[in-house]
Amino acid sequence: MQEAIIKRAKELLADGTVNRVVGWKAGDFAYDVTPAVFTSAEELDKDFLYNDFCAPNLSKYLIKESRKEGKVLVFLKPCDSYSFNQLLKEHRILRDNVYVIAIPCRGKVDIGTVRDSGIKGITDMECDGETLTIHTLYGDKTMSHADSLGDKCKTCKTKKHAACFDEMIGEEGEPNNDGKRFEMVEKLEAMTSEERFNFWRNELSKCIRCNACRNVCPACSCENCVFDNPASGIQQRAAVTSFEENMFHLIRAFHVAGRCTDCGECTRVCPQNIPLHLLNRKYIKDINEFYGEYQAGENFDERAPLNAYTFTDCEPDVVYKRGGNA
Amino acid sequence: MQRIGVFVCHCGTNIAATVDVKAVAEELKNEPGVVFTADYQYMCSEAGQNLIQDTIRNERLTGVVVCSCSPRMHEATFRKAAAKAGLNSYMVEVANIREQCSWIHKDKVSGTEKAIILARAAIAKVQLNAPLTPGQTPVTKRALVIGGGIAGIQCALDIADAGYEVDIVEKKSTIGGKMTQIDKTFPTLDCASCILTPKMVEVAQNEKIHIYSYSEVEAVTGFVGNFDVKIRKKARYVDETKCTGCGECTTKCPMKKIPNEFNMGFDNRSAIYIPFAQAVPKVATIDPDHCNMLKNGKCGVCAKICTANAIDYKQQDQIIEEKYGAIVAATGYNHIDVSKYDEFAYNQSKDVVTSLEFERLMNAAGPTGGHLKRPSDGRDPKTIVFVQCVGSREAPPCAKGGKEYCSKICCMYTAKHAILVKDHYPDTNVYVFYIDVRTPGKLFDEFYRRAVEQYGVHYIKGMVGKVAPQGDGTLMVQASDLIANDQLHIKADMVVLAAAIEPDKSARHLATMLTASMDTNDFFTEAHAKLRPVESPTAGVFLAGVAQGPKDIPETVVQAGAAASKVIGLLSKDQLTGNPCVANPDELMCNGCSSCEKVCPYGAITYADKEFRQPDRTVAIRRVAQVNPAVCQGCGACTVACPSGAMDLKGFTNKQIMAEVDAICR
Repeated sequence: MQEAIIKRAKELLADGTVNRVVGWKAGDFAYDVTPAVFTSAEELDKDFLYNDFCAPNLSKYLIKESRKEGKVLVFLKPCDSYSFNQLLKEHRILRDNVYVIAIPCRGKVDIGTVRDSGIKGITDMECDGETLTIHTLYGDKTMSHADSLGDKCKTCKTKKHAACFDEMIGEEGEPNNDGKRFEMVEKLEAMTSEERFNFWRNELSKCIRCNACRNVCPACSCENCVFDNPASGIQQRAAVTSFEENMFHLIRAFHVAGRCTDCGECTRVCPQNIPLHLLNRKYIKDINEFYGEYQAGENFDERAPLNAYTFTDCEPDVVYKRGGNA
Repeated sequence: MQRIGVFVCHCGTNIAATVDVKAVAEELKNEPGVVFTADYQYMCSEAGQNLIQDTIRNERLTGVVVCSCSPRMHEATFRKAAAKAGLNSYMVEVANIREQCSWIHKDKVSGTEKAIILARAAIAKVQLNAPLTPGQTPVTKRALVIGGGIAGIQCALDIADAGYEVDIVEKKSTIGGKMTQIDKTFPTLDCASCILTPKMVEVAQNEKIHIYSYSEVEAVTGFVGNFDVKIRKKARYVDETKCTGCGECTTKCPMKKIPNEFNMGFDNRSAIYIPFAQAVPKVATIDPDHCNMLKNGKCGVCAKICTANAIDYKQQDQIIEEKYGAIVAATGYNHIDVSKYDEFAYNQSKDVVTSLEFERLMNAAGPTGGHLKRPSDGRDPKTIVFVQCVGSREAPPCAKGGKEYCSKICCMYTAKHAILVKDHYPDTNVYVFYIDVRTPGKLFDEFYRRAVEQYGVHYIKGMVGKVAPQGDGTLMVQASDLIANDQLHIKADMVVLAAAIEPDKSARHLATMLTASMDTNDFFTEAHAKLRPVESPTAGVFLAGVAQGPKDIPETVVQAGAAASKVIGLLSKDQLTGNPCVANPDELMCNGCSSCEKVCPYGAITYADKEFRQPDRTVAIRRVAQVNPAVCQGCGACTVACPSGAMDLKGFTNKQIMAEVDAICR
């Protein structure tokens, strides 16, 4: 797959269709992949990667890249294509300046999942088909590819791209309707409010306000974030109280509600392993229940339920009907 | 720092009985920025207003809080008073301690506590108020009336009478609307045509009125005083300026078997037609679905015989663009389709007709020349059953297309039908089945009683359960008599269904274009159900006739006149003063995502690509929201939809609202 992608990227660079490529390259470790911009065939040959560690969602980089001189090539995995489409819908990406190639994804290895399995002292990882080999200070360990996925990929919503690409390399996948996506949200809903409060206090108390979740989030693309705006009264600073800590994530979840495509980047980049995507999924689940099934980014023209009003929308008394626990 | 004066109103005992107004005034002295507090019996009185004005001058106030009734009541009063004393009107805030406090509390202690909290919120807001100046926009002195029925006609005549230009857009080929099809009018039984057609002619002859017949509104942009409207003038394949309305073509046209809509399909018309003799404009129209020339390129008879050379088979739809200062929606109504009501056998028997069909059967200009005959065999009906509330006042879910509301006109026109039948054919048995007989209106109840007492119409409370066509051509009507608690079987010759009325289907689309709101039944909603009944919530859009709700002819005419007076009031102004409390985007924060545009009910938001200098001294072009302050009504929907917090509402800024909330939660 990587060869095919590099070959096509070189062709498009050579014939002048695009003058740069947004893709992935290795970071400090082989499994630590980072987004990168490539401008020549040499750079592509040297650094371009597409493997089971290429989790980063490239769509957000196009907000800036699509406004630069010339056309940019981007490779989008299925879940990234939804973010891309949502950004298009919000006029954040100039579509004419982007050449999109859809590429398949079978789920990405998550370092957090590997660490959580008890493997320590990781120095490197390689994935060969279904087996993940983990080199550690204490010798090599193995794990199956399926077990090594992050929650984002284990509960993958779809392997089918949103209709926003110019061409496709590989096979188009199918949506995943196994219903596992909302399992954890359902568990949280089933808790008593005290249990749930404790769950979130425990998780959110780990937050160090590094802002990685916000910075990576494709829905968090404001020109001037409220948390950076001195006039907003809630500008960027360390949390004064633990309550503020909690509120940061709740405000952020509200800000992206209805626009979050559930790409899972927030949880993936969180250095404290807070399952932030569960907040967003709760809103997605609520929106589905209140206003009918909706997948942000799936459709370019459809009006988002929070920006539309129909007679079938739920009434506010749904709060009482659902009871205190949901 | 603001210098704020607080004025607490007793409102007689309305407030003072439940709120300790002196304690409120005393307590608020301690609020930051407050330099003066007072209480007074009636702040809205002249003496009260003088107190405010004197204090503004003497204490050099920069902000005023009046603790009184709802701002809907007297905000304008206090703003004017402040302006007279030289303070910007928008530095005045009203704390509603009557409707939201004294009227709903019984206990004076809690009432007083709440009044103090509400006042604190208003003080916190005034701290952040800024002087605002409303903008001015010019007014296009021309009105558009959409719909050429009696509502549109009356409205256009009244507007033209005041000296303003009016255009009527009518989708049919003639103006006149439903009233042209009606035989007689209740309660005086004068002939509908006789009172309507002179008005139609008056419209045609009025040089201030222009009729766009066979035309529809295609697009509406702009705002009060400055609407830009595109009108699609549909091709009628006849040059209106040449056609003399002689009707020769209609007699020679070989395509003669087309059901005549005007006579509800009881007779036929030709493919080129003039709907009826008094049509305005009296111009022929070719029905493209049935014309052989237009469909197959064969025929051309009408063109050959037309001495005026008016036929033009190549005519195209024409788009007319015009500017208007005001728009009146008078789109009227239709009967619901009763064919789903199987129990009434409307589909099975020709002798089951709707009331409007019955009007044609009674009309001297109708298919039978005014002689009531059974549509099936032409015999004289000896027993007629009228069924009221067919599809009206139905319990949800109204699966057959019925309506929950009362159609209002049916009780009266059914009484009219019954009287007319008995008057013309006294030996006829007439039954009317009703749920209630509703006759509020001048001379209405007298009219109904005449039907019962003088004409001997059998009024029976109860609904008809089933109408069964019999082998001998009669209709067996099964019904219950709720008062006698009896089951009835009536052998009838005809059954007349008083079908519910519903707004014309085009109204929904029109409402979207006008950004005028509608209720769940697709009737236009008025700005205030009691106090602004002919205005839509969208400025510059007015309502007349059944488009706003079921009503009879006199009411429609009254409403059309009222709408016209509102239009005249608007057009008589050279400049419109806007509301300065409008949305205001911070371009530096705007992402250009269109969320605000999508939720704006008035179409006030557009986008522009603008250049911005970046921190690194480069220039970036960004798409940012622009608000047209003349269109914006200040509803604030955009401010909550904006994900980046770029949109704010002047006079109700996010900061002001937060300050109010903080003051309440303190």
